[in-house]
Amino acid sequence: MELADFCSTSRVVIVAGKGGVGKTTVTAAFAVAAARAGRSVLIVEVEGKSGLTAAFGLAPLTYDEIELAPGIRARTLTPDEALIEYLEDHGMRRISRRLAASGALDVVATAVPGMKDILVLGKIKQLEQQRVADLILVDAPAAGHAVTFLMSPAGLLDAIRVGPVRKQANDVVEMLRDGSRCQVMLVTLPEETPVNELVDTAFALEDRVGLQLGPVVVNACVSDPPADATVDDPEAAAISAALAFARERHVMQRGEIDRLADRLPLPQIHLPFLATASIARAELDVLADAFVDGVAHLKGPA
Amino acid sequence: MTTADHFAELATRRSVVVCCGTGGVGKTTAAAAIALEAARRGRNACVVTIDPAKRLANALGIESLSDTPAEIAPAIWDPAGTSTGRLSALMLDTKSTFDRLVTRYAGDEDQSRRILDNRFYRNVSGALGGTQEYMAMEKLHELHAEGGYDLIVVDTPPTRHALDFVDAPARLLRLLDNRVFRLLMMPTRAYLKVASIAVQTFLRTVARVVGRDVIDDVVAFFRAFEGMEAGFRERAAKVQELIADDETAFVLVTTPRRDALDEAEFFAHRLTDHSLSVSALIVNRVHPSFTDTPLTVLHAEAERLAADDPARAERYRALAGLETVARHERAELTRLRERLAHADVVLVPLLAHDVHDLDGLATIADHLFGARPLPPDTASA
Repeated sequence: MELADFCSTSRVVIVAGKGGVGKTTVTAAFAVAAARAGRSVLIVEVEGKSGLTAAFGLAPLTYDEIELAPGIRARTLTPDEALIEYLEDHGMRRISRRLAASGALDVVATAVPGMKDILVLGKIKQLEQQRVADLILVDAPAAGHAVTFLMSPAGLLDAIRVGPVRKQANDVVEMLRDGSRCQVMLVTLPEETPVNELVDTAFALEDRVGLQLGPVVVNACVSDPPADATVDDPEAAAISAALAFARERHVMQRGEIDRLADRLPLPQIHLPFLATASIARAELDVLADAFVDGVAHLKGPA
Repeated sequence: MTTADHFAELATRRSVVVCCGTGGVGKTTAAAAIALEAARRGRNACVVTIDPAKRLANALGIESLSDTPAEIAPAIWDPAGTSTGRLSALMLDTKSTFDRLVTRYAGDEDQSRRILDNRFYRNVSGALGGTQEYMAMEKLHELHAEGGYDLIVVDTPPTRHALDFVDAPARLLRLLDNRVFRLLMMPTRAYLKVASIAVQTFLRTVARVVGRDVIDDVVAFFRAFEGMEAGFRERAAKVQELIADDETAFVLVTTPRRDALDEAEFFAHRLTDHSLSVSALIVNRVHPSFTDTPLTVLHAEAERLAADDPARAERYRALAGLETVARHERAELTRLRERLAHADVVLVPLLAHDVHDLDGLATIADHLFGARPLPPDTASA
């Protein structure tokens, strides 16, 4: 599939996965690839700080949008800010901040679990409907939290029978269940525990929320090391040990990738492990290339 | 005293070890390995976990949430039968821990039932951010005071805000003590006049938005809670005391990647802000290093061989790639060591398999406590 077609599949892509698997990096690489294909991208971060802006050499995100690179904008969405905005939109401009400061809002958010999530998702839905970008990428909370986060609207529909929050929840559920508007891209490492969690998360999101699942991104895949050979070489011992180590990792990784394919019938995009300490723009470009390559191997729409 | 001896004190001398760090860095495994080591050294140890991977939970015999620790049969963790220690584990049940706290401080059975049955309370105990952190600390305090353990190791929830457990008691008290809602608790309308117009407008709007019954639940909860804040406050203070006690050690768990190490450093500073300090830093998944030859030499060799012996050049490139990772990690670790000079730094090599049984935990414990040699070159990092 062409990347441009892939970007047109859904307007909102929620990138989710266990903590530490590289969700933010994958989000950024996808954004770079999409921008190259001429799409405008908005990255929305919902769980506070991440290394997103650092990869582009910029300061941390705020509630206000900033441009990370040509065609790529980013912002955060915190429940507190979203709540204040919601109250302001509903005629409570004068008192909303004061109430936030008094802690009364915490009580309300506690009284209605999922309230904070619905505010954030409601705001994402609003951005989607305003067509603020061709593609909105949501850097979702870590796996377990992602399920709760995305299940909130459906839960609220059961709990609240009338009023604006119910309408908001309804609209969000509609967006989440419409594959042309929204899909989830799950990210994992080719390792046992992350793969297990990803499979659980995938079934929960599909069965309990009714979300459309896009391809799975397997991040940080090591390449198959070259064969060893006995040569009279000053580094022979080091090379043998290194290759043995790399081979063992590669075999384990192969097993996990196969197991994932076996348990979850979703196409996979593999991104390479990079031999660097941190991700900067150059690394993002390498990962974006791999992303485009992975998408190219996906089958087109049926 | 060597770093290893010093680190071993965590298992041999301390009575509480709190493991913190972000998600996905091997925190639960580290916590369990420390408890295992203490048991192997003859102590009565208990590990309190929050959200262990399923297979590890199975291995520890804690498949379900619970309020009381389960002892692991010595035959499982000490097959040679050489230790007189004991090992227990618990997967924290936030709600039942909170329920028990309410029951403890309620004036009578009627009051505790009114609170436990309240819908708002069920949300507080289940969905309020920070409750899980607070209950982990509460459980720690309870086990410390009443459990008869020599050592309790607690895992902390995998939040971005991994130090929430330090602030959680205060945050919960602030919620329970919320002025706006305390005004609502007052039985007569006369008191409502005290509430500002803004508050009344706010509440009317909230009722319109989320429904009157939600507000009724909240009001009923705060009424039922009347008289219990003092008990909660006292308890929270005791929990804080235990956290700050000299017998309590904080261990940061991280990986050698820059973002993870940055977070670790951030936590360390946050702990310092609370007058707490990090005793040790466990760095998991450290890549091995295979040679001391400079990277430039390896790359030059690959370049030189490229034309005549591409297969050999390829092998040099593979070695250079792995060495690049290993050396980046070591540089990052050196940087962190300088910044956290007072903390022991203990490295665990990248293992071929995830830890999901007691043999795996024993391997981690051996690496942590020096019974196994460090991977090549990490000692000099």
